[in-house]
Amino acid sequence: MKKAFKWSNLYLWFVFILLYLPIFFLIIYSFNAGDVMQGWDGFSLKHYVELFADTRIIEIVVNTFLIALLSSLLASILGTAGALYIYDQRNRLIKNIFLSLNNILLVSPDVIIGASFLILFTVVGFSLGFASVLLSHIAFSIPIVVLMVLPRLQEMNQSLVAAAKDLGANNWQMLSRVILPVISPGILAGFFMAFTYSLDDFAVTFFVTGNGFSTLSVEIYSRARQGVSLEINALSAMMFIVSLVLVLLYYVISTRSSKNKKRGTRLVTPATEGL
Amino acid sequence: MKKLLSSVVAILIVVAVLFGAQRYLAAKTGSGEGGSKVLNLYNWGDYIDPALLKKFTKETGYKVSYETFDSNEAMFTKVKQGGTSYDLAVPSEYMIEKMKAANLLLPLDHRTLTELKNYDSRFLNQSFDRHNKYSVPYFWGTLGIIYNDKYVKASDVQHWDDLWSSKFKNQVMLIDSARDVLGFTLITQGKSVNDKSTADLAAAQGKLTTLMPNVKAIIADEIKMYIAQDEASIAVTYSGEASEAMVNNKHLHYVVPSEGSNLWFDNIVMPKTAKHKAAAYAFLNFISEPKNAAQNAEYIGYATPNKKALALLPKSIREDKQFYPDAKTVSHLQVYSDLGQKWTEKYNDAFLEFKMTQR
Amino acid sequence: MKSKQQRQLFYLVPYGAWLLLFVIAPLFLLLFQSLTSANGGLTLHNYAVYFGSGTYLRMTFNSVWFAFLITLITLVISYPMAYLLNQLKRKQFWLLLVILPTWINLLLKTYAFIGLLSKTGTVNNFMSFFGIAPQQLLFSDWSFLLVAAYIEIPFMILPIFNSLAEIDPKLEQASRDLGANKWQTLRRVILPLSMPGVKAGIQAVFIPSLSLFMITRLIGGNRVITLGTAIEEHFLVTQNWQLGSTIGVILIVAMVVTMILTRDRVKKNTRK
Repeated sequence: MKKAFKWSNLYLWFVFILLYLPIFFLIIYSFNAGDVMQGWDGFSLKHYVELFADTRIIEIVVNTFLIALLSSLLASILGTAGALYIYDQRNRLIKNIFLSLNNILLVSPDVIIGASFLILFTVVGFSLGFASVLLSHIAFSIPIVVLMVLPRLQEMNQSLVAAAKDLGANNWQMLSRVILPVISPGILAGFFMAFTYSLDDFAVTFFVTGNGFSTLSVEIYSRARQGVSLEINALSAMMFIVSLVLVLLYYVISTRSSKNKKRGTRLVTPATEGL
Repeated sequence: MKKLLSSVVAILIVVAVLFGAQRYLAAKTGSGEGGSKVLNLYNWGDYIDPALLKKFTKETGYKVSYETFDSNEAMFTKVKQGGTSYDLAVPSEYMIEKMKAANLLLPLDHRTLTELKNYDSRFLNQSFDRHNKYSVPYFWGTLGIIYNDKYVKASDVQHWDDLWSSKFKNQVMLIDSARDVLGFTLITQGKSVNDKSTADLAAAQGKLTTLMPNVKAIIADEIKMYIAQDEASIAVTYSGEASEAMVNNKHLHYVVPSEGSNLWFDNIVMPKTAKHKAAAYAFLNFISEPKNAAQNAEYIGYATPNKKALALLPKSIREDKQFYPDAKTVSHLQVYSDLGQKWTEKYNDAFLEFKMTQR
Repeated sequence: MKSKQQRQLFYLVPYGAWLLLFVIAPLFLLLFQSLTSANGGLTLHNYAVYFGSGTYLRMTFNSVWFAFLITLITLVISYPMAYLLNQLKRKQFWLLLVILPTWINLLLKTYAFIGLLSKTGTVNNFMSFFGIAPQQLLFSDWSFLLVAAYIEIPFMILPIFNSLAEIDPKLEQASRDLGANKWQTLRRVILPLSMPGVKAGIQAVFIPSLSLFMITRLIGGNRVITLGTAIEEHFLVTQNWQLGSTIGVILIVAMVVTMILTRDRVKKNTRK
């Protein structure tokens, strides 16, 4: 028993090291006195100095996070609505049509999404910039939220919903008191996925941006023509540290408010007991 | 529910803070729409000395919003679709021809272009833009072979045909561009890089297939990084890329095969989307001034078409045969012309098939 | 009944508007483009080109094969990971640590891999301690699979983890009480119950894997060509949007077919 436990820890460590290896590689080289990610020329903070002097890149970082947060928030709301609709739909054919339509944006290569959105914005006469990028990011994040929320809904106990209905709950009460608490982990997962997609996206943003608006991916890709400068490594290192702090913070907050959490889990438990 | 709601509120607060920061920074850097004292420059990434942009703002009062693209085609798509307001763009020669045909360019007023006289007449009045009606030269260069003298003897790589040598198994990197790769193959067969004959193209594709055992990878701008890091010993790439790689690795050399190669131009044009014409002309004259052009050439490392700027450059750069080849080599160089949709497709299909013959 | 209609309408309006504007409209544009010729006339020529040329069919097969391998590798690594994460005490925290690497720009991580795998890179330096001569690691199928799987792993772990977290621990206990050993419990109870997560994970990985294009060039040296590469090429290089759209339409049709197939099969399995 004890031995098996150790093996599993080893596996966890292995995967975590694999996941973080390239990132630590990037971070270590951000302190390189040389200018490339090859060969160590000594410790230096010069790339950080460069980074803080570069107002353009700082503005772009702010833009990127603004777009990512806003788009994933709105996509979570719209995506949850979509998942609820699909879940509620009893007609199998309609359900499948909606699911297929939902997944089209996931299957489409970014280039096609970007190009078709660009055509769309042109047809409508929408000028390119912050708003067009935001709309596009919301658009391609919605399907992933739906995919994350749907399994939660499908696993939700029907008798719970039926009981709530019998007790005279109206639509809004049912949604806010019964359904949302059960599916909230799915929504949260969807939000994180959407956030991730948005931060990572290059091709779509590349097509629909304009008038001086830029996100980090687009900027990095265009700078990559000259080989990625270690200033970008320094930036990644900083972003990584900030994200890590945020995760720790989130963890501390969520454990402190564990009272709330317990109430939440208690609500789930009787629901699944009926299975 | 409470937890969800508080998460939403927390996110909105962060968004508000970020929005404030963005407004503040945008005001500071002068990006965004801005007022009338603005120049929207659409250029390749890192293709101008940033110090020159600052100098331009100081001299003329126009703030520069610098936006970048990574391929001629992406730039074309953006300009064609409208939604933006670029005042100047920097396409390559064949793209100028294409943009001209698509009515996307504004003719330049030569009375306002006072500094055009600084350019070498060899680089003016080219086939893609007669009398420079639409464009001003920015940089020029060649396609050639870059090699590492640690692994390869200079005498082994003077000509395109040398790439096929059995000595170079799995050592050659090629630029990921249908026209360039098929182009040098056509040259080895004594054909033009603008060849429009099905038989010639098929023959070139056939010959190219036999190059495959030597090919290590078919990539783009990363070639300069790989070759500088000894990942490959030979590569086919552009002169500007080669010059950058050579800064990082002293063992590298660049050769333009004497039997001929491609001569390319990046020229500045004024797209139809231009809204600040006065600023655009001010910039065209500014960048044509010998001192500024020389500073830019030194920063970028590409060859300048500006005769007077060339005279200002240090002798070591000016007389470097690798990047400023002699008149005889230049006379063998060929400029790409726009092949038209049908032939562009044929070249690309041939190249795609070549890439797929790999394993 | 009226309240249900109201409810459905309430969900449908925002979601439906999105579908109409950003899915159906672009889809229509795409289909329309694939059916037009360069001069604008209606034609089936693009489809004839696709199905008539061995090159495109071979590439499609190649692309599907690689996407399958990537999905398989990712699944094999991710399922035990998600399962073990679920056993941990502070699992939400550890899960966040799994997601964290995805917030670093993709291109940068790819460049890091280049630094790790290149001839003079860290891995080769490390191996030279053991006297293994510098190996060619980059530009091989293996390096491509490694990096692609690396990028997709978090997208597989997350949905599997979610569906595992949903499973009531009491079920596991009950299964044990009834005399099932650890493996039996895993196979008969946990695995079927986590199927929706596995399915979501496969969808989240397989489909994007078909259209990877940056890594095919940077790590695979264009030795691996995917459908995404071809579409990218047609939209950005050849500017043959018609043929690019055609490949896009074929990709979408293939996706719809596989979705319907997997859906039914999964249903049958769970009924068992």
